[in-house]
Amino acid sequence: MSAVTRATRRRTVALGVWSGFALLYLFLPVFLIVAFSFNDPSGRFNFTWQGFTLDQWKDPFSVEGLGTAFRNSLEIAALSVVVSVILGTLVALALARYHFRGRSPLGLFLFLPLATPDVVMGASLLGLFLTMNVATGFATILIAHVMFNIAYVVVTVLARLQGMDAHLEEAAMDLGANEWTTFRLVTLPLIAPGVAAAAMLAFVLSIDDYIVTSFNAGTTSTFPLYIFGAARQGVPPQVNVLATALLFAVVLLMVGNVAYQRRLARRDAAA
Amino acid sequence: MARRALLTARRRRQLLPYAILVPGVAWLVVFFAIPVLNQVYVSLESGTIEQGYAFDWNWSSYGTALSDYQEQFLRSLFYAGTATVLALVIAFPLVYFVAFRGGRYKTVLLALIVLPLFMNFLMRTVAWQTILQDDGFVADTMRSLGILEEDGRLLATRTAVIAGLTYNFLPFMALPIYAALEGVDRRLIEAATDLYATRWQAFRRITVPLAMPGIVAGSLLTFIPALGDYVNASLLGSSRETMIGNVIQSKFLVLTDYPTAAALSFLLMLFIVVLVAIYIRVLGRRSLFEAAAA
Repeated sequence: MSAVTRATRRRTVALGVWSGFALLYLFLPVFLIVAFSFNDPSGRFNFTWQGFTLDQWKDPFSVEGLGTAFRNSLEIAALSVVVSVILGTLVALALARYHFRGRSPLGLFLFLPLATPDVVMGASLLGLFLTMNVATGFATILIAHVMFNIAYVVVTVLARLQGMDAHLEEAAMDLGANEWTTFRLVTLPLIAPGVAAAAMLAFVLSIDDYIVTSFNAGTTSTFPLYIFGAARQGVPPQVNVLATALLFAVVLLMVGNVAYQRRLARRDAAA
Repeated sequence: MARRALLTARRRRQLLPYAILVPGVAWLVVFFAIPVLNQVYVSLESGTIEQGYAFDWNWSSYGTALSDYQEQFLRSLFYAGTATVLALVIAFPLVYFVAFRGGRYKTVLLALIVLPLFMNFLMRTVAWQTILQDDGFVADTMRSLGILEEDGRLLATRTAVIAGLTYNFLPFMALPIYAALEGVDRRLIEAATDLYATRWQAFRRITVPLAMPGIVAGSLLTFIPALGDYVNASLLGSSRETMIGNVIQSKFLVLTDYPTAAALSFLLMLFIVVLVAIYIRVLGRRSLFEAAAA
């Protein structure tokens, strides 16, 4: 073996080891959360391992307030996904397919929410609600979540639209289809994977949000708000169960989406 | 008559992009842009929560914000800056390995980098509390190795807060760099080595400059959220580690001193707008969306 290839191999091994440790660092807390969902803690603290139990998995909502908080989070996430995906996809369509005045500054404006720290977004929105005398609660959380999701949807769907052949839409229009028919039968099926990815991203961002929500929640509780409140006295293992279940659900959906897209691509290639 | 129908059809087509833009853009104007600007109005009010606040050009909130909370501002810059550098040092070799040596495991490895983001962010931070706790495995090992003093702590220290920030935003550093490395034309590196550049020279003069947009984008996507974060400082730090986010949060929600809170959050926003402006100056506007899409 020559000196050069040996040196290359040594570098690859070193990089591999480094990457292994980096992934371990990323996964350590995740493993811990999953493991402690099976812990049987004595008292409120779920900090040390006591013994294996399935009790929490059988009844994760046995802790007071957790069920309501979790249901609120799911409802807000679902509603904010629907609204932000519709609004964001329309904006992405306009940006990708039309040349209009103000297109470039608009792109910049849409980038700003992505670059704004959560604390500024949350505090500013609360400032507006206070100025306007709007009582905060479920509705204001929903408004906030749609707000921070729109820009992410635009960016995700736009990437898909730009990777797609615009001639297909022109062909449909040349053959007499109007805008709506073209969108329904040509554009939408083609950008569907991008829209699905955007919906999943928006769902995760919404269900995970603590900072923006904490400003605009009023007395309404959500899953992250519950966790933060419990963190001082010790988070009950039921929370670990719900967080783990959510992780698995999202991963399954993602894998399913990728597998489905691959099957479609293979079918198209075969046809 | 037919001519008129044609005209309205054309007109309709011209108006269509605006019609489909309006709902989404209006939402962002009303619930993002106006609130951020409204902060200026709130910051110039004076009064108390009991008697109510009234607008009267009260500039003193900015004086208070800058003099009383300078320490927290500087600390936030230091913590977020350190976390950004650490995240870069950890993430770069990782995504370099995935992009150049990943082979057919590339997608799986990339998915592994993103996966922790789907575990609740607060729960991951709470897990770090468990890992770093005083009688935990990590602290005990460090004590027996003499790295940590006998009565030394890991939890409720600066180290814990910075480690937490680094951890939380690591994937946001990794993804844009990965996207940039994937775009590097391998033939350029080959050409350089053919022309007698050493591996190191080729890396430094070709790979790194071509990955630079990703590095800058990743740094921004790590630095900005880290700068405004208060969850890590709350859960992993003590009162000595308060960041500017903690101050804004407690001023708004606990002390109800709205003008000062608004002034602080507006100053933070202003600082970030300046950062983004510099970024656009250096790398151009197009790179914004590419970075965000990665």
